[in-house]
Formats: sequence, C-alpha cells, structure tokens
Amino acid sequence: MSLLETVIFAVIKMLVIVVVMFLTVAYSVYFERKISAWAQNRMGPNRVGYRGLLQPFADVFKLLVKEDIVPDAAHKPLHTLAPFIALFVAFATYAVVPFGPSINLFGYDVKLVVADVNIGILYVLALTSLGVYGITFAGWSSGSKYSLMGGIRSSAQMISYEVSMGFSIAGVLLLSESLRPIEIVNAQYGWMWNAVLQPIGFITFVVSAFAETNRLPFDLPEAEPELVGGYHTEYSSFKFAAFFLAEYANMIIASCLIVTLYLGGWQIPYIDKLGLGETLTVILQVGAFIFKVVFMLFFFIWVRWSIPRFRYDQLMNIGWKVMFPLSLVNILWVAVLIMIFNL
Amino acid sequence: MVMLTEFGKILIFIILAIVFVVITLFLNKLIRPNRPTYEKKKVYECGENPEGSPWVKFNIRFYVVALIFLIFDVEVVLLFPWALTYKEFGVYGFVVGIIFLLILALGMAYEWRKGDLEWARPEPKPPILDDLLNSNKSEERKK
Repeated sequence: MSLLETVIFAVIKMLVIVVVMFLTVAYSVYFERKISAWAQNRMGPNRVGYRGLLQPFADVFKLLVKEDIVPDAAHKPLHTLAPFIALFVAFATYAVVPFGPSINLFGYDVKLVVADVNIGILYVLALTSLGVYGITFAGWSSGSKYSLMGGIRSSAQMISYEVSMGFSIAGVLLLSESLRPIEIVNAQYGWMWNAVLQPIGFITFVVSAFAETNRLPFDLPEAEPELVGGYHTEYSSFKFAAFFLAEYANMIIASCLIVTLYLGGWQIPYIDKLGLGETLTVILQVGAFIFKVVFMLFFFIWVRWSIPRFRYDQLMNIGWKVMFPLSLVNILWVAVLIMIFNL
Repeated sequence: MVMLTEFGKILIFIILAIVFVVITLFLNKLIRPNRPTYEKKKVYECGENPEGSPWVKFNIRFYVVALIFLIFDVEVVLLFPWALTYKEFGVYGFVVGIIFLLILALGMAYEWRKGDLEWARPEPKPPILDDLLNSNKSEERKK
C-alpha cells in the first residue's frame, strides 16, 4: 500500500469511528433520560420521533441556535478555549480503544482500533490528566464565584482519584506486561479477567472512574443546591453543549476502559471451542464488547439514580484514606498471586 | 516506501478532532443570535449585583492536596516500569517492589499522621437551652 492509500484508509476508519462515537454519545444521553424516567416512574422523552428517539438531536440543535452569553468579567480567550479542551480530550482518547480483534475485510487485514500503539494506556492517562485543564480554566476564567469554587473542587477531586487510578492500572500491567490495550485484552484469555483475579483493583478503578468523570455520587464540581452549576454556571449555547457532550463521551470512554482493563475486552470464554467460523467469531466478540460497554453505561446511570451525593470531606477521605491504601494492597495482592501461581 | 506509523494515525485523529471542533464553533457563530444587554453580561449571582472580586480566597488545603498528588503521581510513573518487567526478575523483583511500596506507604502514613488529609467537617451542636440563655445574656452585656 502506498502512503496516500494508507492515509485514506486510516481516515475512512476514523470517520466511521467518529460517527459511531457521536451516535453513542447522543444515545447515551437518551438512554440516561429514559432510565432516570423509569427509575422515577415517569415517561421520559417521548414526543420527538418514535418514542422520543430523535430527542438527542433536537437537544443539540436547540443548543446550537441559542445565544452565547459571555459575562464581561470573564477572561474571554480562556473562557472560549476551556469547553473545547474538554471535548477534544474526550474524543482524542477514543483513538486507542480496541473494539475487537483483527478482521479480514475486502482482502485487507483491518485492526478494530484506530491506532494500535505500544503505550496506549499511558496515552489515555496523559489525556485524562489534560482534561483537568479544561475544567480548571472554565472555573477560573468565568469570573464567577460559583464557577471558581466548582473548578477548584473539581481539580482537587480529579487529581486525588487519578493517583489511585494509576496504582490500580499498575496491578493490571503486572499481569499483562504491556501497555498495549490489545495485549492487555489478550492476557485476559478465557475466564482470566482482571476483575476476577484482582477484585480490589477493579473496585478502586471503577470508583476512581466515577470520580474522574464527575458523575454522581462524585459530582461535587456541579453540586446544584450549593454551586448552581459549578464550573459551567456561566456557559451557554454550544460551549455548554461541548461540556455536556464531553461528560457523556468521558463516561463512554470510562466504560470502554473498565471493559478493556478488567472485564476482558472482547473476550468471550470458550468461544473457540464452539468451532464457529472466523468472521462469525469476530462479530460475536465485537458484540460482546458492545454489550459489556452498554452494561457499564447502565451501571453508571443506575448508580446516579440510587446513591446520594457525598460531602466534600467524605469525598477526599474516600479518595486518600480508602481508595489509595486499597490500590496499594491490590498491587501487593497481584504480585503475590504471580509469585505463587506463576501466572 | 514511506509507511504511516500508529502514532501518525493518532496525529490524523487529533487533527480530525480539532477540525471538527473548529467547524462546529464556526457553524454556531453563523446561526446563533447575538443581542447582548447589560443584564445578560453580568455574572450570575442569584439575581443580586455581583459583590467583590469573583476570584475569592479558597482553602490552603487545595494546595496541600496538589503537592501530595505531585509526589504520588511521580511514584506511579516509577512503578509502571517495575510492573512491566516484574515477571522477568522473580523473587528479586518482588523484594525490590515490596521495599518501594513500603517506602510509599510510609510516606502516606506520615501525611495521614500529620493531618494533611483532614478536611474541615461540619460539627452540628444541638442547641441547649442554657447556652441560648447565656448567649442572650452576653449579648445584653455587650450593649
């Protein structure tokens, strides 16, 4: 293949993934509204399209045609930059998530991942740390007290949980010996899922993922009763939509990461014993990956409507005094496990 | 023959993300109305006029948390290479890792003991009749 051909091929693959990504983000919003309605015994969106199926597009279009109000006190360049840092970071992370093993398509061997890099997990960690900038800039540059408090709380919360997230990932790396997402999935062959082998690490990672995405019960940055809207109090129009989309994109990324690192990615136990054709196996495996991600998304929403918000001191105590020691214990556990069973 | 590396694909993906963001920003600018008024451009403070500087003072503990984060995040980075090569070194790697984790845990225990992880928490005291009476008396004395 010549360079031009490779580039065109890569761009087509990316465009497909970007479109799929947008649809999933839009429908995760719909999914959340429907599930919250179900949890509260209401109807939920049911006017736009069949059973409200077009609601997410109506929402985004509404935000596109709204007036953009920027307060005079705001620092304008940073105020504009902040939501797009958030959106950009959320979408750029999709580049390394593997959706399935290689598939043979029209004579080409297509890897079901945008970029199969050997430092995939480091790339994700680096980008999620960049996400803190978006929120801190938004809080600081709005020129509003609510925004400032929300932004500062959020950055302290995100960096606190990033440490336990990093240590939980170290436990996964001990078993897989690679930072490449595809090899991490391959290391979890059969029932050797990391969630089974290291349940403590799984719990600390899931809790940290909730805190990193600012979802309830960790949505202190935008606690409505005390901070109005937190860091996006002064945002409107498409800039608000950017934060909104970034939150859902982050939620999907977090689900994808949980599935890749702990729930065996696309692995289905004993599928190779059934003697199915190669293509059918790959399709089933991609289906398994999507099923697991949707289940994690449902879990995110389920928790949101079941558990009340923490107080700030409780949040920091859980982060530093519970999750951090637990993630250290998890590393020890995995190290001992490898020593004993020679995994 | 020039080939596109995996990092090249990431670069294309990042460029696509930036292009998408710029296009939507431009589209938004084209179709949205723009009629600013004095009231709209004021900072939201529950309908009151904004009072004082918006950049209020905040608790020093946020800086302490940032410092602790910096130390432990560097240790995460130091732990990754150990984790990746752990299986090659056997018992030796295990002992080295345990010593490293022990020092890390000691640092954590020190922070904990020093009280750097404590946050102000509400201590609600139920009002007692005697206290209320006393506080009334002291207010009267001030007058």
